[in-house]
Amino acid sequence: MLKATLKTKRLHSTQSVSDTPHLPQLSREVKFTVHTKTTLSSFQKPEFSVPRQHEDFIWLHDTLVETEDYAGLIIPPAPPKPDFEGPREKMHKLGEGEATMTKEEYTKMKQELEAEYLAVFKKTVQVHEIFLQRLSSHPILNKDRNFQIFLEYDQDLSVRRKNAKEMFGGFFKNMVKSADEVLISGVKEVDDFFEQEKTFLLDYYSKIKDSTAKAEKMTRSHKNIADDYIRISATLNSLSSDDSTANKKHLEKMSDLFEKLRKVEGRVASDQELKLTELLRYYMRDIQAAKDLLYRRARALADYENSNKALDKARLKSKDIPQAEEHQQQCLQKFDKLSESGKKELTSFKGRRVVAFRKNLIEMAELEIKHAKVRSSIQLYYICFIMCTNELQYAWGICKILCEQI
Amino acid sequence: MADAARDPQQDDTGLLELEDGEDLFPEPGPGPALEESGPASLTTEDLSTNANGPKQASLFDDDPDDLFAEATEEVSLDSPDRDVLLSDGPSPAITPMTPPTSVITPRIGHAHDDMFTHSSFDEIEEEDGGDSFDIHISVSDPEKVGDGMNAYMAYKVTTKTSMSLFKLREFSVRRRFSDFLGLHSKLASKYLHIGYIVPPAPEKSIVGMTKVKVGKEDQSSNEFVEKRRSALERYLMRTVKHPILLKDPDVLQFLESSELPRAVSTQALSSAGLLRMVNKAADAVNKMTIKMNESDAWFEEKQQHFENLDVQLRKLHASVESLVLHRKELSMNMASFAKSAAMLGNSEDHTALSRALSQLAEVEEKIDQLQQDQANADFYFLSELLGDYVRLITAVKGVFDQRMKTWQKWQDSQMMLQKKREAEAKLQFNNKPDKLQQAKDEIKELEMKVQQGERDFEQISKTIRKEVGRFEKERVKDFKSTVIQYLETLLQTQQQMIKYWEAFLPEAKAIS
Repeated sequence: MLKATLKTKRLHSTQSVSDTPHLPQLSREVKFTVHTKTTLSSFQKPEFSVPRQHEDFIWLHDTLVETEDYAGLIIPPAPPKPDFEGPREKMHKLGEGEATMTKEEYTKMKQELEAEYLAVFKKTVQVHEIFLQRLSSHPILNKDRNFQIFLEYDQDLSVRRKNAKEMFGGFFKNMVKSADEVLISGVKEVDDFFEQEKTFLLDYYSKIKDSTAKAEKMTRSHKNIADDYIRISATLNSLSSDDSTANKKHLEKMSDLFEKLRKVEGRVASDQELKLTELLRYYMRDIQAAKDLLYRRARALADYENSNKALDKARLKSKDIPQAEEHQQQCLQKFDKLSESGKKELTSFKGRRVVAFRKNLIEMAELEIKHAKVRSSIQLYYICFIMCTNELQYAWGICKILCEQI
Repeated sequence: MADAARDPQQDDTGLLELEDGEDLFPEPGPGPALEESGPASLTTEDLSTNANGPKQASLFDDDPDDLFAEATEEVSLDSPDRDVLLSDGPSPAITPMTPPTSVITPRIGHAHDDMFTHSSFDEIEEEDGGDSFDIHISVSDPEKVGDGMNAYMAYKVTTKTSMSLFKLREFSVRRRFSDFLGLHSKLASKYLHIGYIVPPAPEKSIVGMTKVKVGKEDQSSNEFVEKRRSALERYLMRTVKHPILLKDPDVLQFLESSELPRAVSTQALSSAGLLRMVNKAADAVNKMTIKMNESDAWFEEKQQHFENLDVQLRKLHASVESLVLHRKELSMNMASFAKSAAMLGNSEDHTALSRALSQLAEVEEKIDQLQQDQANADFYFLSELLGDYVRLITAVKGVFDQRMKTWQKWQDSQMMLQKKREAEAKLQFNNKPDKLQQAKDEIKELEMKVQQGERDFEQISKTIRKEVGRFEKERVKDFKSTVIQYLETLLQTQQQMIKYWEAFLPEAKAIS
């Protein structure tokens, strides 16, 4: 049994003059604590924790990709860098607009900012943790020596990382660039399964990338609406405090209403982000990893075909035949191994994907329903209340009418 | 499963329920512990570690001030919920008002207006001629008349009334936009300087009208016409709600007579238009130079009040416009996401998932339509109302300025009188009998003028007090009924959304 979990420390800068949170500028400012529980004898202790940075995760991912033995596996995609751009932008806007806002408005916007900040933290921890969990649950990858080092080595990994980067850094990048070209240009595919998979994955990738971008835009709009509600609520509040007529109570209540609505709107935005946008984002990266597998296999096939040609040439020239034969055998073996494990991986990938989509779509639908119901209750309550302040009978009447409508 | 191992700190780090004063970034506390205490072999990617589902419920209940924490799930107003809603509310102060005579009819829209019109109009001091206020004006059927740059939109103005003031109970006429402007300028010239708040007419828009004239039958010009139609209707209703203006012959002529002399002076570039602009500039300068001794605290307070109101309403208007814009953006983004999701569903080879994705696309598309409608409601109910009131407040401030001008006139004639008296005294001293008589006559004239000025000033002050009182009452009613209508649209949108998502849920569950 091997279980890795993740914690992180949110940073609190003591030097900041205002009491706004200190947003990490660089990803190495985000420190994770990886906590492992295991019964495997390959580890020294049954339970231990180590400090890690985002770059360490990247290092681990890259070394796995470079390892020849794993060429036939889908390497779980690397977690993306912690991105505090959203909260940072908001903080900037908050600072700029401070002079023109009322105290309540400022406080509320600060709350929103902190909520967003927290959401980003949550997301980034989640995404790093999933990476580790996929590794620890993979029968082959969880035995990887580097993975073990990652989990166990209690010193700073950055020294080790540097050496590795020098060796692998550039190479990996070049590979990725031409991956799609090799796949599309069509090394002649012998296996129907892989032919189908290739077509499917290429197409699906571009579609899911598009959907991810559009979903992100939707979330952004929801957040904008929530911000508008804050401003409206604050202005209504000022209006009500100035007012001495019968309007005063109404304005107060309207202000309350918008305040509650904006909370709901904020939740809708973050739920949508976690269930839908993150889902799409994650599978977009996962599909890229699957494409990389196909690419590696295509390369192996190309190598095999080249080795065949070399063997023929050697036979023609009657020179170096045994080496050529040996080489050809190796290529064939590699290719077969990749094909076999590739097939397994791709099949289980499909299953994983379907399950994850199902779960998230259900949860999203349930949350949307819940939020809509909450919004309805809020609005109904306020309608009745606004009437209540004058005549009880009116309220009863309207409630009745609205019931009929529902 | 996640619940058991959940860190007790979870609730504090909830996304939005942050109590005041809580240090969001405790020094050096452990941060959000996302522990996934699942089985070691994670065969499925649990993207939502901690499943935001159960957490949501606890977040919402955390809020101690949340009055309706219990009402988060139920929507349908079955008796138990109804009692909850009403009993939890503050005990309404049932003032000893006579219950309304009109029975609550099952019509939502106009029911509000009638009910509230009745009760509050009972309180108005002057009940004119025993006629109950019952008039409804609608502006409809915009039709393009003519071609090219001389074209204009003609609107049908229909009046339904039972008041004896009018010859018929229901009648309609055709009017064009400049007719409305003409009516306003006539009323303004008659009533503004004596202190009546004349509702301002909708604004001219050269760009908008040009598009219509040129004949573009597209979305934006339709929207423009609709916006204008609605604004004209509100303008007329506000004008007739004023008991004095209603009786004005110009208003009656506007509503009743089929032919109306063309109001040429409303054109922007006419001589009258230029004259107006010059006058406006002169007024602005005068305002800065008049320093009135305000003896009446009421006026000072009210002026301050309207200044504040102006600022706040403008701010609110801007925020609501921003809301409308963002909601339209949301609708657009949803539409494009829906298309994208549909394409994704098409390329998905797992049939059930493919179907679910297509369904998702459909749901999003329907909801985007809802959001679009909601944006329109936001606009027509809130934004336009606020815009109207910003302009109305300007008219109110104008009335206060008129009072200042009247005061100035009075003071001026007083000063003149003073001068003349001094001159008369001098003449008497120098013994010039013929000029003396002239001086005496002038003084008599001026004394009358001064008296008239004082009377005018008092009259305008009295009128303004009444007008402001009426205005405030109208404002309360207006806002209340509009807010209710707006909330109802919000409510309907939510109900629809629930239906759509509930239809989608089984599809999602059917993925296997």
